[in-house]
Amino acid sequence: MKRDCQIDILTFRLGSEKLAIPAEYLREILEMVPITRVPQSGSFATALINVRGVVVPLTDLRVALRIPHSAATEDTRVLVLDLRNGDEKTTVAVLADQVEEVTIMNTADIGDVPPVGSPWPPEFVLGIGRHRGAFVMFPDLDMIFKTYSAADAVNEKVSA
Amino acid sequence: MSEVDDIGAEIFRQEATELLHSIEKGLMDLEARPSDTELINSIFRSMHTIKGSGAMFGFTELSQFVHEFETAFDDLRNGRAVVTYDLIGLSLQACDQIGKLMQSTEGTEAENRRILANLGRLMPTVEADAPTATQDTAQSPQPVENGPSGNVMTIVRFWLGTDALRLGTNPALLIDELRGFGDTTIRALEDRVPTLGDLDPTDCHVGWEIEIAADLSDADIDMVFIFVRDDMDLTVERRVEQLSFAPEAPQSLQAPIADPGTELPALPKAQPASPPSAGETMRVATERLDELMDRVGELVIADARLQALTEATSDPAMMAVAEDIQRLVAGLRDATMSMRMVPIGSILGRFRRLMRDLSASLGKPLDFVTVGEDTELDKTVIELLADPLVHILRNAVDHGLERPEERRAAGKPETGMIELGARYSGAEVLITVRDDGRGLNPGKIRERAISRGLISAKDDLSESEIFRMIFQPGFSTVDKVTELSGRGVGMDVVMRTIGSLRGEIDLASEPGQGTTLTLRLPLTLAIIDGMLIDVGGERYTIPLAAVEECVELPAQHVVSSGGSSYLNIRGDLVPFLRLRHLFDIDGAPPEFQKVVVVSSTGGRVGLVVDRIIGNYQTVIKQLSQFHAGLKFFSGATILGDGTVALILDANQLVMLGRDLELRARRGVAA
Repeated sequence: MKRDCQIDILTFRLGSEKLAIPAEYLREILEMVPITRVPQSGSFATALINVRGVVVPLTDLRVALRIPHSAATEDTRVLVLDLRNGDEKTTVAVLADQVEEVTIMNTADIGDVPPVGSPWPPEFVLGIGRHRGAFVMFPDLDMIFKTYSAADAVNEKVSA
Repeated sequence: MSEVDDIGAEIFRQEATELLHSIEKGLMDLEARPSDTELINSIFRSMHTIKGSGAMFGFTELSQFVHEFETAFDDLRNGRAVVTYDLIGLSLQACDQIGKLMQSTEGTEAENRRILANLGRLMPTVEADAPTATQDTAQSPQPVENGPSGNVMTIVRFWLGTDALRLGTNPALLIDELRGFGDTTIRALEDRVPTLGDLDPTDCHVGWEIEIAADLSDADIDMVFIFVRDDMDLTVERRVEQLSFAPEAPQSLQAPIADPGTELPALPKAQPASPPSAGETMRVATERLDELMDRVGELVIADARLQALTEATSDPAMMAVAEDIQRLVAGLRDATMSMRMVPIGSILGRFRRLMRDLSASLGKPLDFVTVGEDTELDKTVIELLADPLVHILRNAVDHGLERPEERRAAGKPETGMIELGARYSGAEVLITVRDDGRGLNPGKIRERAISRGLISAKDDLSESEIFRMIFQPGFSTVDKVTELSGRGVGMDVVMRTIGSLRGEIDLASEPGQGTTLTLRLPLTLAIIDGMLIDVGGERYTIPLAAVEECVELPAQHVVSSGGSSYLNIRGDLVPFLRLRHLFDIDGAPPEFQKVVVVSSTGGRVGLVVDRIIGNYQTVIKQLSQFHAGLKFFSGATILGDGTVALILDANQLVMLGRDLELRARRGVAA
């Protein structure tokens, strides 16, 4: 991440953690919608939802970040994100237990993940920021989605 | 280059590419029917269009090259040269060169010269012209201008057909083209213009007389009028102007064609008229069709919602309207899909060229037969098919066919046979590539698969399972890697592409008799008729084309038991799968479960479901990369109430059923 510039971020809660993602990834925030379970799809991308006529996979970052699972509440929201993988654009949805705010953060306030004592898998975390006296974690969305889409393919090969 | 020019150039490239394909096709047809003059003429017309519009969009080198190519071809047209294998080969190279020149002219000079020189060797007249062709950088084709004595004037008089203007002919362009030959004097001929009372202003009554200060051959003039020749009056006169004396010296040789200097035969008056009939077809960008298809897809979904709502209201007036709309939407859907259908013949032409080249470079004479060229498939499918088919055909020639001497030794004709066929079968299109070569050797494939660790020596595989090994990445049984195939990269690419089209590949082979490879592809990628079913409160769609029948689950199977999982359907044993079990659904099933029997080429399997909801038009949405690995689903769709339902992949389920059956049989045997 570049030093000393301001970025728009969206902060939300997942379990007891506070997470942030750059707002440019965000397409829209939906209230909980009817979901369609996909059998045998593992634990990360377990369902499909209809976002304005487009079928979008619904994923759970808690699986990648090893955050304990909790049931949906009335605060649960679906964040629809556009990911760019080279030239390809993928639309995915992620669950959030509670959406907090869109705000501005100085990149200077974002630090590296401490090498020890971090509860999250370090390869999936871009950095830790400090915002209003609390820590916010920046998940590495590109890495997470890349890993899990590749993981599926690998599982498929093994079982075939 | 301005943006407009760029667009123009792009359109030119597109059109020229199509014309090139038709020239290629024509050349190969010509090889089979060397005396077909209409074929030669049609090749000529295509070349001329490329030359003309190429010059218009600034492709000077290209149009220069085509001009020379055309000149060479003229000898064929007037019978001074004959069609030979080498000539066609060289002409095909010239086509490739035109393709290159369309993209860039850099470094093409040497190749231009080589092709033209070779053409010249085969055709007597070009030889003299070839050197000028490469040095001559002038814009327009310059014919030999100096007659032996003084200046020769060519006088062209022409009247276009009365409806020429309505058909879009622009006389000014024709005159401009004539102007390009040298200094001209142009006079309008008004004697055929009727009186005002009889005048239809959209008719073309005016003729033109053009004196050109050049000695033009009939062929040169013919070229200018090639597209309008059938409906016009044309006279050509030549006059030698004495340098100092009266220009009207009575040396003129009267029309129609009287130049003793050229040995051209009279203009082929009876050229069957085949001007492209404008207005019957139009070009539409593929993106627009895609957009239309998307809209129709949304409409189908909205219609499903309407139907769901109407059923709830049970208002008769409302239901009548909803029914009308449903019918209209279905019609619109079919019409839209048929617009996207393209005959597979549109890509077969390319393969004929490929086969010709392969046959020559591998020294294996072969007949390439195509069957069912008018079988139609979705345009996207056809485009994606081209590459896999190239791989398959290459393999067939390279590995499938034996060398001529081997064939002779095996008592077969030396000329091999490759057949590419397409036909409909239910909701699928079957594309087959058949060769009469040596066939696959299951033993050798098995050995190779074991040595590569793909299977273990103990594995008991059926013949078709062994054949499937050739689709594994990096698999090749040839000991010698050729330039064309044998590196083992081909077939797994084929497998992947066909898989992405929701298609399947079957292989059959008879040692010594040849191999048949069959691609089974869905007719369309966009919308299908589906049967909606309910399993444990979840809804799934089964492609209706795969559904054979629905029966009640017999009482003895209601409680799942470890024992037999076969249904007796009119004496046939059909294995069945409990979707509740397959999809990990807990809870007790309802009292009366149904079995949907689906079939594919692999066989039949029964799917036990809770409830059959009904038939729905299903807009297929592709699954994302996170779910692409799931075998039992071929896609997803959006239902009338806005929820998503998964589409079951009948082929995969049938295969699973067959595996279970085999396992059960082995279990019994053991």
